[in-house]
Amino acid sequence: MKIQVLGTGCAKCGKLKELCEQAVTELGLDAEITKVEDIMEITSFGVMTTPAMAVDGVVKFAGKVPSLDEIKGYLQ
Amino acid sequence: MKREFKIFAWLFGIFLIAYFLPLGNPRVKTAIYEAFVLLQWYARNHTLACVVPALFIAGAITTFLSKESVLKHLGPKANKVEAYSVASVSGTILAVCSCSVLPMFAGIYRIGAGLGPATCFLYAGPAINVMAIFLTARVLGWELGVARVIGAVVFGVIVGLIMAVLFSKSEKSRNEAVLQMPDPPAAKHPMWKNASLLLAMIAFLVFSDWFNPGDKVVVLGDGTRFEATLQYETLGEYDLRLKDVYADHQTGEVVRLPKAEIVSIEDVDTWVVRIHHIRWYLAAAMGALIVLMSVCWLDKTDMTEWMGNTWFYAKLLVPLLFGGVFIVGFLGALVPEEHVARLVGDNSLTSNLIASVIGCFFYFATLTEIPILETLMRNGMASGPALALLLAGPALSIPSILVIRSVMGNSKTVVFVLLVIVMAAIAGMGYGYFYPDNPVLNIPMTAAAMPQ
Repeated sequence: MKIQVLGTGCAKCGKLKELCEQAVTELGLDAEITKVEDIMEITSFGVMTTPAMAVDGVVKFAGKVPSLDEIKGYLQ
Repeated sequence: MKREFKIFAWLFGIFLIAYFLPLGNPRVKTAIYEAFVLLQWYARNHTLACVVPALFIAGAITTFLSKESVLKHLGPKANKVEAYSVASVSGTILAVCSCSVLPMFAGIYRIGAGLGPATCFLYAGPAINVMAIFLTARVLGWELGVARVIGAVVFGVIVGLIMAVLFSKSEKSRNEAVLQMPDPPAAKHPMWKNASLLLAMIAFLVFSDWFNPGDKVVVLGDGTRFEATLQYETLGEYDLRLKDVYADHQTGEVVRLPKAEIVSIEDVDTWVVRIHHIRWYLAAAMGALIVLMSVCWLDKTDMTEWMGNTWFYAKLLVPLLFGGVFIVGFLGALVPEEHVARLVGDNSLTSNLIASVIGCFFYFATLTEIPILETLMRNGMASGPALALLLAGPALSIPSILVIRSVMGNSKTVVFVLLVIVMAAIAGMGYGYFYPDNPVLNIPMTAAAMPQ
């Protein structure tokens, strides 16, 4: 599983990455988490609002930091 | 690792300052004192009635208004009128956090409504976010606050239209990535509830910041009677800007009169003044309304999320703002007034251009442009260049220009930067022509005698 956190490096994007890492550990998933900071790459996902999260290239949500449980829901 | 290094750099910087600060130098001593005076002035006058409520509003906007519903109007299928009008005003709610402006700009440009609306949003957005407007109006006077909004919106549309016309050919070649907007979750509360909650909060801010124009009718001991604007009051004296001719003083001059000579000084009775007298009751009524609405409509999750977002903005902005105020107070006391006055002290084209060029390239952390301008105006900056800086400042900086360049290429970036400089200077000149008054000049500020 490939998780991409899309965000230019603001505080919220860092927070989202932390939550993703926590969710992956707690669920015991085999996932690779990367952060996409290049603005051109972010828009090529079709996303206008950051932070956003893509799982295997599919955008799950954009423009918010959801709760840990919600993130787990997207990963399962 | 990067984070640890950052902390180390901060500690090392503070150490260097502490080690080398020339405390024996009387100018440095004054500057440190001035820095604390300015900090206290912000803490006493602008924090509880302006910054704190504005943080709650910013938190509520992020929590209760869905960005998707606004960005929908900036999508690829939006018609031109719709796109430009939404792009020019949506910064009020979309640009609350300056770090989100550039991704949205890139999004609007590449996968949304295109170059014109995107540049319009980039120019107007950061200048008109809800906190910037209220802090500008409160600190620098409501005329400048209103001028900032109108200048940003009107010139944003002009800049966008010019960009769209100049580069109409290259429009088609832009990336055709598909807009992926996950459907926004069904709104939890009906729109009218969210809107009334936000309106009540904005009304609270409007009333608590209600401005007293200070227009007075003054009667002196010898029976002389004239109208004047109260600029400043100390324990024993009034500074009055004359609206009539008095003795050998001309209209517009500022005279200092001892209180002992004045028999009566009363507000000129207008609706503005009447509201000013009851502003705390009105604000309290709005406060009660907000509490009532929150209790009736919001559940625990809403409140947690709202307070969470408010706290997020507080953590982000409060250190920037107050740290900025302190540094500005320190540097402002070291910069000789005549330098400021020589560069931007009048409403000439040169002054306005200098202000907008500085605004374009210099990086202003969110909201710090306001204390910086207050200090510059105290040191003699004219009102026109002040507006030019307020308009060009938040829209661009060297770091943001580099990102913009990577999004839309060299030629468009150069033209955009030039347009921002020219438009900000024009707006500044126009404003300086109609409102030459400098609202903060002539207000001496010492800790012992702060204007009420």
